[in-house]
Amino acid sequence: MSWIDICDVTDIPLRGARKIKTALGCVALFRTETEEVFAVTDSCPHKNGPLSEGIVHGQSVTCPLHNWVFDLNTGQASAEDAQIETHGVRLEAGRVLLDAGKLRARSAA
Amino acid sequence: MSTRKLVVIGAGMASGRALEHLFEAAAGEWDVTLFNAEPRGNYNRIMLSPVLSGEKSYSEIVIHDDDWYAQHGVTCRFGEQVLRIDTEAKVVEGENGHVPYDKLLIATGSSPVIIPLPGHDLDGVIAYRDLEDTNRMIDTAKPGAKAVIIGGGLLGLEAAAGLRLRGMDVSVVHLNGHLMERQLDESAGFLLRKSLESRGIDIYCGANSREILGQDGKVRALVLDDGTELPCDLLVMAVGIRPNITLAKASGIATGRGIHVDDQMVTSHADILSVGECIEHDGAVFGLVAPLYDQAKVVAQTLLGEDATFVPKQLSTKLKVTGCDLFSAGDFADGEGREDIVFRDPGRGVYKRLVIEAGRLIGAVMYGDTSDSNWFFGLIRDNTDIEEMRETLIFGPAYQGSASLDPLSAVAALPREAEICGCNGVCKGTIADAIQGGATDLGAVRAQTKASASCGTCTGLVEQLLQVSLGDAFQMPTAQPICACCDLSHEDVRRLIRSQELKSQDAVWQELGWKTRNGCHVCRPAVNFYLLADWPLEYRDDPQSRFVNERKHANIQKDGTFSVVPRMWGGITNPAELRAIADAADKYNVPTVKVTGGQRIDLLGVKGEDLPHIWADLNKAGLVSGHAYSKGLRTVKTCVGTDHCRFGTQDSTGLGIKLEKILWGSWTPHKVKLAVSGCPRNCAEATCKDVGIISVDSGYQVSVGGAAGMDVKETERLGDVATEQEAIDLSVAFIQLYRENAKYLDRPYKWVAKVGLDWVKERVVDDLGERARLIVAFDLSQSIYRKDPWAEHVQSAQAFQPVADLTLEAAE
Ligand code: SRM
Ligand SMILES: Cc1cc2nc3c(=O)[nH]c(=O)nc-3n(C[C@H](O)[C@H](O)[C@H](O)COP(=O)(O)OP(=O)(O)OC[C@H]3O[C@@H](n4cnc5c(N)ncnc54)[C@H](O)[C@@H]3O)c2cc1C
Ligand code: SF4
Ligand code: FES
Repeated sequence: MSWIDICDVTDIPLRGARKIKTALGCVALFRTETEEVFAVTDSCPHKNGPLSEGIVHGQSVTCPLHNWVFDLNTGQASAEDAQIETHGVRLEAGRVLLDAGKLRARSAA
Repeated sequence: MSTRKLVVIGAGMASGRALEHLFEAAAGEWDVTLFNAEPRGNYNRIMLSPVLSGEKSYSEIVIHDDDWYAQHGVTCRFGEQVLRIDTEAKVVEGENGHVPYDKLLIATGSSPVIIPLPGHDLDGVIAYRDLEDTNRMIDTAKPGAKAVIIGGGLLGLEAAAGLRLRGMDVSVVHLNGHLMERQLDESAGFLLRKSLESRGIDIYCGANSREILGQDGKVRALVLDDGTELPCDLLVMAVGIRPNITLAKASGIATGRGIHVDDQMVTSHADILSVGECIEHDGAVFGLVAPLYDQAKVVAQTLLGEDATFVPKQLSTKLKVTGCDLFSAGDFADGEGREDIVFRDPGRGVYKRLVIEAGRLIGAVMYGDTSDSNWFFGLIRDNTDIEEMRETLIFGPAYQGSASLDPLSAVAALPREAEICGCNGVCKGTIADAIQGGATDLGAVRAQTKASASCGTCTGLVEQLLQVSLGDAFQMPTAQPICACCDLSHEDVRRLIRSQELKSQDAVWQELGWKTRNGCHVCRPAVNFYLLADWPLEYRDDPQSRFVNERKHANIQKDGTFSVVPRMWGGITNPAELRAIADAADKYNVPTVKVTGGQRIDLLGVKGEDLPHIWADLNKAGLVSGHAYSKGLRTVKTCVGTDHCRFGTQDSTGLGIKLEKILWGSWTPHKVKLAVSGCPRNCAEATCKDVGIISVDSGYQVSVGGAAGMDVKETERLGDVATEQEAIDLSVAFIQLYRENAKYLDRPYKWVAKVGLDWVKERVVDDLGERARLIVAFDLSQSIYRKDPWAEHVQSAQAFQPVADLTLEAAE
């Protein structure tokens, strides 16, 4: 695991998201109503919709372009045969830490 | 046990019902082989129309599935036609081999009539009878493709409505002077025609077809006798049916128009019976399921060796086209000694006509309001003496005896013999008994009595009976719930938010029993709007409950960039604004600058990060958000009016600008567009807007509920007023009424169609107190929302940037 300090949890709107730029494309960072945080690729497998612009409900996000719904825990789309990549993320004293493992492993390869 | 061999030819609705009766009474006694030319078993043919329109799928209309046939030991030979019957040897010959029988049941139904016009064999010319035909239509039905239907009867019109719902351009060509002439009189035919035309279906009555033109073997157009050419990609012939008697006739069984049967359903050969649309009984042939089901019962009893007699009953007809409520029964032709009672309500498009002869009701035609049709049908069928209630007869059962108008009391007042389900001949008593016996919901009543299980038009009555019998123990099904998160309809949620004073999302989730933590992308934007519309001071708009466009105050594009449309009040701009727009386009490398259909300029392809900056630049020139993205006020289109135009009667540009300044920033259930024209030449296209104003010498004609998007509809007149202020007042009051009552994502025209223009007029035009209240309520809400969201977001430009940039980090 390689945790990177990203931001204050309050930098992300409640029931909203922000995006993180990475060399491998953007990552969407979510904050749910009950102060959970999640990180997934910011690109919908359907037609690349920016998931960080979607509506966050429960532990899911709805893609802003054509309404595919993804479970933020698993990345699984609810009615489609599709999955998005998830990244480890945790909250520590109000700071959001992202596991950049997958991002690094791939860029190194 | 000695089993006897029954061979059945045709697995349609009639034989299917006969087999049900047979297995119920004598399970295991018959060894059944079932042939069907269609490659499938028995399905509800009546329901092909909802399949065509997309309201149902094929799997929902299957009556007998593989399990059912297996369970009853039926040998299924589907997709196999019977070629011959050897009545001497008692053997039928199918395409794949012979089967001997002790008893034979012929149920070959009927075939559609194909008029042998030149070109009738071209590809794309079809009938409407089975699933194959239906699927052919569905496959051809691309929006914008053209269909012509020959035949304006029940089938033809259901096909027309279904294809129209699928986006096709549809024309109906009908030989007679009015539609459905066998079931409707001219007045009802006229109303039906009007209603179908308002859905965009073209209707040609009194039109004879001459020939069908093709191109490369495919249908291209229909030519009428008068030379009119109707181009089409699909031509449906729905001109009637003919009993399917070829097989019986060739086998030496007595036939006329249909296969001759006696009252026991036995043909000229003692061991051969027949049932369904293929038969002729006492000179009559059949085309609706109700009598077929009676025959099915009789044929089963005959097979069981019981005494039974088929007695034809009165029939009634309904059309399964959503929104066209019509009913007809009995004889309604004019005649010596016959009297008519007619009731019309042009406003609601209601027409009812009763035909009376010698103190009895002998026919009824109704259009627009058919809620009492079963009661009238009962009077006809039972030959009831109606002299006593003649005066009030046309008003229906609610006016007889007790004066209550409650629909439930009308159902409660029906006698036990009153027929509820016409298709299956189920009367009220049978349903009431089933309910007493424990059938406490629609599904159970259907399973036990078959009521409402065929065409479904009596579902409402069955539900009312459940309600009458069970009272509170029965929950009348509510309208469509908003989504899977809750059980309530939009309308109920709105009502409860107001009556229970729910002022936050959490209160709604809690008090209205939401099944999810905080809704989903379907219900949450709706609830957010309802809350802010009802509690403008207490509740604040929640951007996180809005779709991206409204949260970002820009339209997202397919590549993730955004478009920016500044407001141009009433379509008026000036060199300074144009210069600021040009500069912004240069500075932010805007790839496309386009003049919109709403009289302003769109900057397309702006990067998300640049939004707050381009807004700040535009703000400096006095430009604010055009809300081109919002469920709120979009544009007020204007024409040049008295300022310049030689025909202008009023200052249409000025009024447009005033309206836009009052209305901008407000959130509404769906977007709202206005236009003001300076004279009836209507250069601002006001008559297809949500609110359209046409200036005339004497003042202003304010009209509402137009549409020019997915539907096209002309506005309807709300009122004529003398002064500009009154025109503004009517517009504002109308929009506030819409905000307070409409379902989220219903444009005004859809909402007005639901509540009725009269209801709107009563509140906005007639009741001055209510009008004033609406205006005050609107102003209150605008005290919060009438401001530029761009200017506000410029303060939080940071939020539009990525929260972190790991590109360097990862590259290391
Ligand atoms: C920009 C514009 C087209 C143009 O280049 O002219 C436009 C663009 C869009 N229209 Fe429109 N409409 C535009 C004028 C119209 C008009 C004409 C008019 O306003 O006079 C209509 C028909 C009138 C009407 O509204 O009934 C129109 C009927 C629609 C509809 C169908 C609405 C309906 O109720 O049937 C939609 C879909 C919707 O809203 O659900 C739609 C939706 C859209 C969306 C927002 C599609 C979307 O959800 O992304 C388009 C955004 C494009 C983009 O990426 O920026 N647009 N759209 C016009 C902006 C006008 C403006 O200045 O604000
Ligand atoms: C689109 C549509 C809408 C309708 N709407 C209504 C309505 O609202 N109300 C109403 O009461 N009625 C309605 N009807 C009419 C109703 O569907 C028919 O009255 C009913 O289905 C006829 O039943 P049947 O068993 O006699 O014939 P069918 O259901 O036609 O069954 C006959 C079967 O026999 C098969 N067959 C024929 N010859 C042979 C052979 N030689 N060998 C093997 N198999 C053979 C055929 O393939 C067919 O499957 C509608 C019909 C259609 C097409
Ligand atoms: S008509 Fe409107 S919604 Fe359709 S592509 Fe054009 S701009 Fe987009
Ligand atoms: S791009 Fe996400 S649903 Fe289409």
